[in-house]
Amino acid sequence: MVRAVRDVSLSVGRGERFGVVGESGSGKSTLLRLICGLDRPTSGEVLVEGRSIGDQPARRLVWLRQRLQLVFQDPMSSLDPRMRVHDIIAEPLVSQGIGGDHAARVGELLGRVGLDPEAARRYPHQFSGGQRQRISVARALAPDPDILVMDEPVSALDVSVRAQVLNLVDEIVDGLDLTLVFVSHDLSVVRHVCDRVAVMSSGEVVETGETERLFAEPGHDYTRSLVAAIPDLRAALAGRSAEDLARGVGPAS
Amino acid sequence: MSGAGDRTVLAVEGLDVGTGHTPLLRDVTFSIARGERVGLIGESGSGKSLTALAVMGLLGEGLHARGDVRLSGRTPATRNLLEVGEREMARLRGDAVTMVFQEPMTALNPTMRVGAQVTEVMRIHGTRDTAGARARAVELLDQVGLPDPAHLARSYPHELSGGQRQRVVLAIALANDPALLICDEPTTALDVTVQATVLDLVVRGVQERDAAMLFITHDLAVVATVCERVLVMYGGRIVEAGPVGEVFADPRHRYTQGLIGASDLAGERGRRQRAALPTIQGTVPPAGRFPDGCVFRSRCAHATDECATLPGWTPRREGDGPGQGSAPGEVGRAAGYACFHPAGGAA
Amino acid sequence: MSEVQGAAADAVTDSGQVPAGGSRGRHLNPSLVVGGAIVAVVVGLALLSYVWTPYQPMRVLPVEPYQTPNAEHWLGTDRLRRDVLTQILVGARTTLFVGVVAVGVAALVGVPLGILAAMSPGWPGQLVMRANDVLLAFPALLLAIMFAALYGGSTRVAMIAIGIATIPAFARITRSGALGVMRTEYVVAARSAGRSPLGIAVRHVVPNVAGLVIVQASVSFAIAILAEAALAYLGLGTPTGQASWGRMLYEAQTTLRSAPHLALIPGAAIALSVLGFNLFGDGLRDWLDPRLEDR
Repeated sequence: MVRAVRDVSLSVGRGERFGVVGESGSGKSTLLRLICGLDRPTSGEVLVEGRSIGDQPARRLVWLRQRLQLVFQDPMSSLDPRMRVHDIIAEPLVSQGIGGDHAARVGELLGRVGLDPEAARRYPHQFSGGQRQRISVARALAPDPDILVMDEPVSALDVSVRAQVLNLVDEIVDGLDLTLVFVSHDLSVVRHVCDRVAVMSSGEVVETGETERLFAEPGHDYTRSLVAAIPDLRAALAGRSAEDLARGVGPAS
Repeated sequence: MSGAGDRTVLAVEGLDVGTGHTPLLRDVTFSIARGERVGLIGESGSGKSLTALAVMGLLGEGLHARGDVRLSGRTPATRNLLEVGEREMARLRGDAVTMVFQEPMTALNPTMRVGAQVTEVMRIHGTRDTAGARARAVELLDQVGLPDPAHLARSYPHELSGGQRQRVVLAIALANDPALLICDEPTTALDVTVQATVLDLVVRGVQERDAAMLFITHDLAVVATVCERVLVMYGGRIVEAGPVGEVFADPRHRYTQGLIGASDLAGERGRRQRAALPTIQGTVPPAGRFPDGCVFRSRCAHATDECATLPGWTPRREGDGPGQGSAPGEVGRAAGYACFHPAGGAA
Repeated sequence: MSEVQGAAADAVTDSGQVPAGGSRGRHLNPSLVVGGAIVAVVVGLALLSYVWTPYQPMRVLPVEPYQTPNAEHWLGTDRLRRDVLTQILVGARTTLFVGVVAVGVAALVGVPLGILAAMSPGWPGQLVMRANDVLLAFPALLLAIMFAALYGGSTRVAMIAIGIATIPAFARITRSGALGVMRTEYVVAARSAGRSPLGIAVRHVVPNVAGLVIVQASVSFAIAILAEAALAYLGLGTPTGQASWGRMLYEAQTTLRSAPHLALIPGAAIALSVLGFNLFGDGLRDWLDPRLEDR
């Protein structure tokens, strides 16, 4: 049996911005799928708002779908190319049997993520990467969730667009009092977004802590090497070379 | 180009690339000297990869290049590469000029052992005989830090990790001691710890050979770590160029300034305050849909009517080259910008 | 952040701004127009044959046999002194019937099976695909001949047999397409939005494999027409005394040298409609893809 993650214990408080950081194969994607009830753990439990989601069949997880929503990495493949934006954003409402005026709700959500209501009539391919990611966020917000789980939401975006989407995330998480679980390989992004962070390696959580503390004084060797390997503009201008980076010589401070 | 006896390896002047109706690169001019590491940064659609392909003579069908591209490898640059035939270009590729691509999986032949792939590039160009090439291949694999290279040479690409594959690609690129190494987002697909090692190997590889390097990336921090000089590209034009330290510390073009602001997640003094990040409004237009005049003016907060005309090249310092509004195609674009309303300029 | 991403994006200049251009203005492509025209002609001929034919269908006329096209008989007459144009018109019905029955059977069974196989990773999917492999190993014509032996030779029996033999082709192509769709993030998104498996199949899988299925249908349609011709040629399938293009071809084989037009005319009709359905399928697939609109 291949274990993608093992013996992971975490808790995320209400209203917290929690980051999960790891490289490829670290198990962060598996952890994310477990949190979202898309996969079942072999052993152990995932509790959301005190209710277990581990051992329930998919159709019994409607309550979870309403409270917890997901935003994905690739803004192209996470939107069905054959559906109009309206149908994409309304999908959680339709699936969960949430009534009301869907058109009005979709218009409101589009406004919330900074898109024109006109967008509802178009197809995903007519938008740029950043705009598609906004559509993804609108879909996630549709059932008015308490928890937003984001899987590398800015990794496929251009730098200038990334900043816009990060600001949007900030805005909605604050504005709607959401709990955020933010999964990324990019420590700089996690550092910007999250209050607390878990570092994963080979399926295990090697360290958890307040983001700033973790960056300033990494407690685990792996965390230390990870932090040291991040290229940094200021450090580079101060003279940190590629060799320093590879050797794990930290940012000149 | 410049006078004889200089160390210029690659000189690109007034390079235009486009399809029938759509210009994709306009008036791209830069040069790289021996031992110099130059970064080319820009967002998607800026034309940075296209620049590399044009230099390599690898433009796809339907793309036309005009201008002047000269490479002095083992022989002086007497001919414009854009006018050279495919056969002669093929002799240069993999020898005088080599390339490392973003995706290490697709850059290697999945049905061939990696050692054979390193050997092949030396045999194609006749740099070594079979036995010599084989021995050299193991040496090269060792140089790029692969463990047990003699054994590893007998592996197939799928048996290696992403980082190992990219090292093999680098070994192939360095096998014939190129005069110019072009790297196109070589570490974008790699984990951050692996990226650090590969960047180190790239820099070491070109330093040992005193080769010139053109390093294409969207990551400003990577460019600052690896390169000495940087070219900032947007909308198919080079909008700013100069030494890394000067351009990043004191950007003059409004696009460069915006880019640095938007990528600065750590904020001042490394302590994040949860304030909004500076952004550049809008998104990068698709290729060929950039405005006339200054390509950045549709997203620039400082744009005025003046920007509807093409801004000339302004050197960073007086005496560096021709002044504002000078005709394109002259030397002296090493450090400067093309903007009517430049930022900074700290006296 | 690859260059490709940006190239795929459409005309967008501001984050709040929405791309211009109608969302309903799909362009007709040449394949769709030409293929559609040919298909329309075949359908038109079949419909016309119900209200008008130059002579009574299958009627033996008091005229010379083997006539080449002339004013009285636009496409000539055959060995049994029947009017060829009349047979072509009535034969178009058979051709369409053949295609609709065979493709209908194959698609209605094969597509759901393929989706089921893709969406149930455990033994149900395995079972479907193994059964599929067994059926695939069975030649379509052999199955048709067996059916003809069991249930008597008729166009309907032959076509149901061809249809059943084509199920694996549909199941396979649907499964491979559906597997690709199931791997996309929008399906994960739909699951986390609370969509049921059936909802995912209907809303996401079917629309996204439709293009593949349409192309398969147009190919199978053509194969069914050819199979009907082959069966008729073997003397199975469409019985004597019933008009079919394949049957006409069969009957013309003895006079191929003396009266080649009797083979050429139904042969051309078959070839043209096969081409028409293939073009129509390709064109329809592109037309249904929203990504190819407004280009």
